[in-house]
Amino acid sequence: MTAFILARLLQAVPVVLTVALISFLMFTYVGDPVAIMLGQDFTEQQRTQLIHELGLDQPILMQFARFVGNALRGEFGLSYRLSRPVAELIAERAPATLELAGCAALFALALGLPMGVYTGLYRNSWLSRVFLTFSLIGVSLPTFLIGILLILVFSVWLGWLPSFGRGDTVQLGWWSTGLLTLSGLKALVLPSITLGLFQLTLIMRLVRAEMLEVLRTDYIKFARARGLTDRAINFGHALKNTLVPVITIAGLQLGGIIAFAIVTETVFQWPGMGLLFIQSVGVADIPVMAAYLLLIALVFVAINLIVDLLYYAVDPRLRIGRGGH
Amino acid sequence: MAAPLLEVRDLRVEFPSRRGTLTALDGISFAIAPGEVLGMVGESGAGKSMTGAAVIGLLEPPGRIAGGEIRLAGERIDNLPYERLRRLRGKRIGAIFQDPLTTLNPLYSVGRQLSETMLTHLPISPAEARRRAIGWLEQVGIPAAARRIDSYPHEFSGGMRQRVVIALALCAEPDLVIADEPTTALDVSIQAQVIALLKRLAREQGTAMLLITHDMGVIAETADRVAVMYAGRIVEIGPVRDVVKAPRHPYSAGLMAAIPPLAARIERLAQIEGAMPRLAAIPPGCAFNPRCPQVFARCRDARPVLRPAGASQAACWLYDDPAGGGVHG
Repeated sequence: MTAFILARLLQAVPVVLTVALISFLMFTYVGDPVAIMLGQDFTEQQRTQLIHELGLDQPILMQFARFVGNALRGEFGLSYRLSRPVAELIAERAPATLELAGCAALFALALGLPMGVYTGLYRNSWLSRVFLTFSLIGVSLPTFLIGILLILVFSVWLGWLPSFGRGDTVQLGWWSTGLLTLSGLKALVLPSITLGLFQLTLIMRLVRAEMLEVLRTDYIKFARARGLTDRAINFGHALKNTLVPVITIAGLQLGGIIAFAIVTETVFQWPGMGLLFIQSVGVADIPVMAAYLLLIALVFVAINLIVDLLYYAVDPRLRIGRGGH
Repeated sequence: MAAPLLEVRDLRVEFPSRRGTLTALDGISFAIAPGEVLGMVGESGAGKSMTGAAVIGLLEPPGRIAGGEIRLAGERIDNLPYERLRRLRGKRIGAIFQDPLTTLNPLYSVGRQLSETMLTHLPISPAEARRRAIGWLEQVGIPAAARRIDSYPHEFSGGMRQRVVIALALCAEPDLVIADEPTTALDVSIQAQVIALLKRLAREQGTAMLLITHDMGVIAETADRVAVMYAGRIVEIGPVRDVVKAPRHPYSAGLMAAIPPLAARIERLAQIEGAMPRLAAIPPGCAFNPRCPQVFARCRDARPVLRPAGASQAACWLYDDPAGGGVHG
């Protein structure tokens, strides 16, 4: 098992390095940091000195090596816009995004799975039809529109929930959480639904399709012939066999939720990494953008590793040739 | 014959379809005594498997039992509510399916699948279920059963998996097993072993069996009596020796003639001309009449029912004459 994890981590190295290269190249090709830092008035001597200080006169490979070395130590330099260390900025914003993404994923899974199972089992019931119609809306409405509609209904018309921000947060070490205060929890509701709705409908439709497929198989018919209870058949035998593709998609979607929280965070002015990123893009704050890109790459690598490990937990056929279980 | 364990009378199965109702099974009647093996043969689509599915209440919708009755030990089971029928399946009627590669759930160990079946039907503890599961694997001839119990289906060969399926069908000690083409998907060399195993276990447990197959060899070797099906009806039923040696119905005769004899060298196998009609296009009168070598006018007008013919019963106008053997009925 350890060997497998190590092999997977090694395979992830080229991926992360490639993303690192892309983020690094942004420094060279997107905007000119020297011009940005010098401002309007400068002498040629000041310019050369700054170029030297920043190490921009060194060979490009050296620069890249230095970039990777710094990145490994969590050192991404100063934000051009806020003149603060990027690592600090991201650490400040990460809890907000992760809590939002976590709630959205929980919302999508906790509702999507049972709805998928239900629509798979009772595909002609009226409730299934309602779910499927609803899922079409979830799949086809763009995220920002869902967010705005939710704000209109629940914040403007009904006034039940806040339309922006995180509410009150509590500091636990460096982690600021909104999960412990009522206003924090209330603030989470609308953004989580906005962010999770698409994933919910996707998971529901996937589980439904997989259930329909699995329920037709011989081993389900045989399980019925053995007289097992419906519950054992539907939630044991059938659901477990739908899980491998569902884990794959759910894993990728979780990565997507974190990476693409940008839109939701913008709509709800959620103080997370996505909002930080979008504000940085506006002023070409390259250190922040580069760090964000790298971080998202790492998140995807980590999630893929977890997904692979879950495969092994679920499907014994994959354990072949790795010394049993 | 002793009081029958399974009694099927005038069973009729229909499939509502857009172009009207199709009758898949019609007037199926047979009985199986405790411990008896009834073979059921016929071409693909004759309704053999559907008969089996109807008995355990697992017809694929929209198929439904439209008439007749099925009795298990005297009690009607064709109209039981779902939950009571479920308790019956596995517990009193076991089933063996054709393809062992697809009938076992790939994600559960064989031990778990055995235990779960026993725990569903028998009042025993999980530890006892596991102990019995090992015992069953030994019974069906899985070597090192105690070690293999936690193995998954993909770690067994096809023949071994069918042995596991047999153990699953028998583990709750049913009175009747419906074996639907239990050897068709297996290598020829394995088929004989599996049939021998089934036969031995059925005899030891006193389990009656409905053995569905298109392999006359398997029937001749295993069954006590045999029913020949054609286009959703039983055309002949009788002791296996009589049906094999002296088939009465022209269709059974054609089937037997199509078995290659071991001793003689022949140029070409005998075959029955034509093909079985589709359900929507069954001809009036006897369904076999377009292919029958002995067809006469009456066969095209009216449908024959099962009548005594020798030691067997055949649904054929040739045996309408009381002199044909009614005395033995």
